Amino acid sequence: MSKCWKKYLLWFAQEHIEFRIAEIESLLSLFKIDMRYDEKPLNQEPFWLVEFTSETDAQLLASRSVSLRNCIELWGRANSLEHLHSTLKAKRDLFVPHFHSQKSFKIEVETFGKHFSQNEKVSKLETFDYLPLQGKVKLKNPDVCLQYIEYYGNKHLNPPELPYEIFFGKLIASGLRQLIQKLSLKTRKFIGNTTMDPQLSLLMANQAQIQSGDIILDPFVGSGSLLVAAAEFGAYVFGSDIDYLMLHGKTKPSRIKQKKRAEDENVYANMKQYHLESQYLDVLISDFTTIFWKPSMQFDAIITDPPYGIREATERVGTEKSNYVVSEEHLATHVPAKIEYGIPIIYRDLLVFASKHLKVSGKLVCWFPVFREDYNEECLPTHPCLKLIANCEQPLSKVTSRRLLTFEKTRPPSIEELNIEYSTIQDFRDKYFTIREESRKEKRLKNASLKKENWEKYMTNKNAVEVHK
Amino acid sequence: MKLLTHNVLTSKCIRGVTVGYPLLIKATNVKVSEVEFKPDFVAKVLPKIEWDVLANAAESLGHWQNLPKELPNNYENDTDFLKKIHRVLLEVEVIQGELICPESGRKFPITNGIANMLLNEDEV
Ligand SMILES: C[S@@+](CC[C@H](N)C(=O)[O-])C[C@H]1O[C@@H](n2cnc3c(N)ncnc32)[C@H](O)[C@@H]1O
Repeated sequence: MSKCWKKYLLWFAQEHIEFRIAEIESLLSLFKIDMRYDEKPLNQEPFWLVEFTSETDAQLLASRSVSLRNCIELWGRANSLEHLHSTLKAKRDLFVPHFHSQKSFKIEVETFGKHFSQNEKVSKLETFDYLPLQGKVKLKNPDVCLQYIEYYGNKHLNPPELPYEIFFGKLIASGLRQLIQKLSLKTRKFIGNTTMDPQLSLLMANQAQIQSGDIILDPFVGSGSLLVAAAEFGAYVFGSDIDYLMLHGKTKPSRIKQKKRAEDENVYANMKQYHLESQYLDVLISDFTTIFWKPSMQFDAIITDPPYGIREATERVGTEKSNYVVSEEHLATHVPAKIEYGIPIIYRDLLVFASKHLKVSGKLVCWFPVFREDYNEECLPTHPCLKLIANCEQPLSKVTSRRLLTFEKTRPPSIEELNIEYSTIQDFRDKYFTIREESRKEKRLKNASLKKENWEKYMTNKNAVEVHK
Repeated sequence: MKLLTHNVLTSKCIRGVTVGYPLLIKATNVKVSEVEFKPDFVAKVLPKIEWDVLANAAESLGHWQNLPKELPNNYENDTDFLKKIHRVLLEVEVIQGELICPESGRKFPITNGIANMLLNEDEV
């Protein structure tokens, strides 16, 4: 049976563009949706021209996408208004069924890359008087929402006189942009210094292909931002972290204006704030180098942002002293000593842990810091049971970035694969701190020369003034 | 700490401990808090649960509600049964108390519902 493909316009938010393709591909695979490109998407453009075989597929995709703003059933596309009108007039029969005296409607005008006043927008619509519009106009939640979009390119300076592209169609579904607002860190009860922003957290949950009823873990949970996102999609969440004060909400407040943390700040309070408390399982205070999960425990996904040792310490419990024993009298109140837990070892442990504690086909989604100029795929962590299925870069500065890695567990590990002792990856901080040191030095030198310059200028002026006296 | 969590923890990582399962529970404050009942989820996790361990833990906290000593067959459609299990797994919570390693006797304090599983530097 041949399928009937229909054209749709996917309109994206121009934020975190690097994650767009990976997110959509992940969701297509999660929902087993067939989608084909009508035209190969260009990286920087906010829209894709695609085809689906059913409207429900398009709706399903939008219902989970964080990058997507709108999905529009495409009725016409042209590079001039006249051309658009003639296309639409020729297809009149096709969209007549959408207009009905009982159906309220609205037409939205969007101009991308160039600003128009409300009046200008309304006058653009007047040329559509041939549309068989019958129902009442309703601005809020109309039965039918039509969209007219003019695209002036994405280089916002000096847009052209006329749009490059014009689109017209019917809005089918919207993405999850509102959820980003709802989870905003500005209004979140409990945050830490390294809390992940909601959009990236949701993107991570989508890379993990969270399904309702999944059990997931973040072993470096901090304030639990990744748990919140996963729980939004129906996951039941576990977290663990070495930081006692963090999990009990007793660290110094992370908001500049806040003097003291509230009594009940913790991961659970965040879940409650978003009415997700039923998805909360537990958080444990635990060092990732001592695993308390029973050997047969399998998670549906592991989503995490391990410490890189820039904004927070990378530590584990331990001591360099040999034969050291904590004395009996200090046992109850003893705070364990910590030693350095380097990046290569953290990622080795994380991948070995995932190979053991993920279900087969489950995903490990984690960030990995890199030096941009040194980067190639070979410097990423690997494990024989984990297949890298997505890898997106988020630049952090000119020289550094972090990569969002998605691994899929392909098979259970052998005994040797559970005891991998080496790590081939580099500690990116070796270079990070050297470069920072250099740039600090440069800055000092620059400041010094600037000062000297200013001083010289000042002196010449002063002398000049004195001469004139 | 919920009993679902207790069911999947072991202290095997302590030096010299071979099984470390199940951990003993000593509770001084237990709370039952309402969690939305999702029968599918309960049915899905049940196969991963050690039934005896759950039974003993719940009984020691006084929350077993006369459930059978053995996991019955065909529980998937038995809503009453799933509801009771839901309560035991997700609603009963140890707020203050201790988890105790069955082999070494090492104690892990639970404060405000959060278990502290940190070992000291001389134990790792
Ligand atoms: C980048 S932060 C994660 C922040 C988290 N995503 C959030 O929403 O707040 C890394 C976390 O790892 C924790 N951590 C550092 N070393 C650890 C260790 N050895 N075992 C477990 N957690 C550790 C830190 O306490 C910190 O909370």
